[in-house]
Amino acid sequence: MSLRQFLTLASRALAAPVMLGFLASPLSAAENVAGEASLRRLSADQYRNIVEDVFGPSLDIGGYFEPDLRIGGLFAVGSGKIGITPAGMEQYDAMARSIASQVVDADHRAQMIPCTPRAATAPDDACARTFLARVGRLLQRRPLADTQLNAYVAAARIAAETTGDFYQGLELSLAGMLSSPQFLFRDAVSVPARGGAQMLDAYSKATQLSFFLWNAAPDLLLLDAADRGALDTPRGLAREVDRMMASPRIEDGVRAFFIDNFQFDRIAVLTKDAALFPEFSAKVADDAREQTLRTVVDVVLHQNGDYRDIFSTRKTFLTQQLGSIYRVPVISNAPNGAPDTWEEYEFPADDPRAGILTHISFTALHSPAGRGSPTLRGKALREIVMCQTVPAPPGNVEFNIINDTANPMYRTARKRLAAHASNPVCAGCHKITDPIGLALENFDGQGKFRSAENREEIDSSGTLDGVSYKDARGLAQAVHDNPAAPRCLVDRLSSYAIGRLPTAGEKPWIARLQQAFKTSDYRVPALMRAIAVSPEFYTVAPAPPMTSAAATSRNGETR
Amino acid sequence: MKFNRRTVLKGTLGGGAVGVALPLLDCFLNGNGTALANGSALPPVFGTWMQSLGFTPGRWQPEQIGADYETKPEMKGLDPFKKRLNLISGCQYFMDGRPVETHITGVQIASTGAIPVGVVSAPSIDDTVADTIGARTRFRSLEVSLTGNRESASRRAGAASINPSESSPAALYARIFGPEFHDPNAAEFTPDARVMARKSVLSAVSEARRDFAKQVGAADRARLEEYFSSIRQIEHQLDLDLQKPAPLEHCTRASAFEEGVVGPVTDDVARNARTFGGLIAHAVACDQTRVFNFMMGQAGGIRRAGETENWHGWTHEEPIDPQAGYQVIVAWFSEWATQVFATFVGELEGMKEGPGSVLDRTVVLWQTDHGVARSHTMDNLPIITVGNAGGRLRTGLHLNTPGDPSTRVGLTIQQALGVPINSWGALSNATTKTMTEILV
Repeated sequence: MSLRQFLTLASRALAAPVMLGFLASPLSAAENVAGEASLRRLSADQYRNIVEDVFGPSLDIGGYFEPDLRIGGLFAVGSGKIGITPAGMEQYDAMARSIASQVVDADHRAQMIPCTPRAATAPDDACARTFLARVGRLLQRRPLADTQLNAYVAAARIAAETTGDFYQGLELSLAGMLSSPQFLFRDAVSVPARGGAQMLDAYSKATQLSFFLWNAAPDLLLLDAADRGALDTPRGLAREVDRMMASPRIEDGVRAFFIDNFQFDRIAVLTKDAALFPEFSAKVADDAREQTLRTVVDVVLHQNGDYRDIFSTRKTFLTQQLGSIYRVPVISNAPNGAPDTWEEYEFPADDPRAGILTHISFTALHSPAGRGSPTLRGKALREIVMCQTVPAPPGNVEFNIINDTANPMYRTARKRLAAHASNPVCAGCHKITDPIGLALENFDGQGKFRSAENREEIDSSGTLDGVSYKDARGLAQAVHDNPAAPRCLVDRLSSYAIGRLPTAGEKPWIARLQQAFKTSDYRVPALMRAIAVSPEFYTVAPAPPMTSAAATSRNGETR
Repeated sequence: MKFNRRTVLKGTLGGGAVGVALPLLDCFLNGNGTALANGSALPPVFGTWMQSLGFTPGRWQPEQIGADYETKPEMKGLDPFKKRLNLISGCQYFMDGRPVETHITGVQIASTGAIPVGVVSAPSIDDTVADTIGARTRFRSLEVSLTGNRESASRRAGAASINPSESSPAALYARIFGPEFHDPNAAEFTPDARVMARKSVLSAVSEARRDFAKQVGAADRARLEEYFSSIRQIEHQLDLDLQKPAPLEHCTRASAFEEGVVGPVTDDVARNARTFGGLIAHAVACDQTRVFNFMMGQAGGIRRAGETENWHGWTHEEPIDPQAGYQVIVAWFSEWATQVFATFVGELEGMKEGPGSVLDRTVVLWQTDHGVARSHTMDNLPIITVGNAGGRLRTGLHLNTPGDPSTRVGLTIQQALGVPINSWGALSNATTKTMTEILV
């Protein structure tokens, strides 16, 4: 047995107190091509999608989810770092009980539970086992090991005995499953592969693939494919990828990525000053988010178009609520009293708006409650769309001149920021952000068009990385043509897929994806497919050996 | 490791600390953990109040040191509690060459004593204190945010996750006083068969859950430990649900109320601070928790209705008034915030327990992110402690400790509450010096 084989085996034999810490560094230096696998906590949407897939759409989940952590611009990356706090666990526990009680209640049990107990007032292991094995496979995203299944059947039995009710027993056991780490965290079990690497096992592969493409747990067909070993061959894997790409559910996956990447979670808490922006409401904010998602999905998925066109397209989708801020008539043929409908709309060629950067979801989201902000918008564009980092403002800076809106010398944001940027400490960063943001000054804090500020006409000209333009449409075209935008999309989508930032060893893979994206004329589905069939997507570094501290904590108290 | 009064005393002296901790351990409590064994006092309570944007230079720091100082305008709101608080000026946050993330780094040092490396931070002070005083209550700690979001400064040891705050008073009410609340003074107590069944389910699946930790790397195992300790809180809550609670003379269920707007507008913040204060006071009187954390708007998104600018925006954009010599609107916000804090403290005082009140056994640590928000300074920070934690601290003083790390105050409080440590913080923010002037 070679040293490498020994180490691989030893590091997997976690039950033994392996004391190999002193060897850990040389090992990971030699083999750290891929990143270390990490558990990813389910997002709120993923949780909801799974519950709906397994139990149907009629359940009320209740409760609320712990805040996520954004790393490298993505919650998907943060999900590999965060845990579950006591307050969060209370909520998961309450949701689990609420869901489980609905599953077994008199309205649902006939559809949900494939067997009838011998007596409703006593345990019935056989029936409990049938049900728990079936839902367990879907919830834990792999077949339950005997020890697992036996534990849940025993739990159902004991709870049924205590309560004198088979269904309450089943309910509490199911609630236990819904608050288990196997459900709340996506696992990443790996097995040795060629060349000393570790590859995700068939079920972790299915999980990796399904959350990426559908933002949901593997369906029965994908689990069956994992059972058969089909995901371990390139052909079998490609067949499943193509099946999933052809499903309408791919839209859920595309949306989930853009919601994360555009930081649309922040729309839920977006408020505008009601005295200044009376038309703006939570409904407008929700619609604005949906407008941009519909626009993006239409370009990249329904039209299978060029990704860069999301920055320049004049076509969009509006509700009447949005129409009141965009000041365009949205004509709906829906019957009187019907809920808001979405209507396709194309901004005229001479309209100041084009592309998603001129949508309310961008201009209003990246503005404070009472005004627009060229700096915040410029920063968001650099960071979200182009993957560049804008440093935080330094300490000990004076802000005397800027933004004294009453000063007749500085009526527009452009003039105030110019005065501010006369300070060399500030100038460096504001040069990165402001010329972009100032092009959007024609859109106020809620995203409504204006031609003047404080009665002075707005100058919306600027430059982006050497390209000059005279207004927002020009900016849109400049972003469309800037190579940083598609590059950023590849970086973000690949990190989103693997749930971490790439390692140095994965750079060649990212470079290949960059090239493939360019060759495909920037087709997002082609890029998703390229990621999904890549061996790199399923390759992980061997887990470093357990430290003695971790070994201790497994046996006893946390601290 | 086992602690008793003697080992802690010895260990602390061995570490060369100036102040000596006499920890309040469970062995000193009576069987219910509700009062000291001699029946003389109820257990101590710890709270934090994190408020962004500091104070205005010249408008908060008294001229005099010690007891008989004259209050400056931005502290006036707390005058009713002047004898029961300490104001500490002069402390500072040390950056150790790291870049200042404005409004973030200060909060990190204030709450954890250190600037985190990567996403995992040191535990926050409330977490360490809860290890000592909060482990027996239904909630290890309760987090509240006053501006409508879920932010908090509370972090568990070894975790990247932030303990989420409640922003809705109604949600906090439901958590504490919903159907799972047992009135300790109710005559009847029947253990619920369902609760018993839930407890058996947890123990039946415990090993099956533990199996999950066997297949993950060391970093993930640490994250799962956070999950398992969260599960232990649930188990602990079920245990409490199955016992008849010891009567608590002063415990009453908070009365239900109509929830108003939750959000960052000043009037809503002030109203919700009062409501939350009342709920926390009831929760303490009913021994549902002994640790709480309040977040008053990280980076200060608070604004007055109808204004284009929020508090944070004003700190940077309001010119200094030539007559007054300071930013008038920003000063208004600071005075307003002190008033809101005082309202909250008043709710603790209003919750009577015999001759005294919940405030008598509480210490609240008020901290902020910057000394002067306008220019993001990290020195001459205002720090306030309110309450003497049941006679464990001296109060009524203005202390001035220029150039000392802010962590001295946190260390002092932790020792007063019996946390067995003799230093707190990392690198230049580390200290072994307590504030002996206020440590009883």
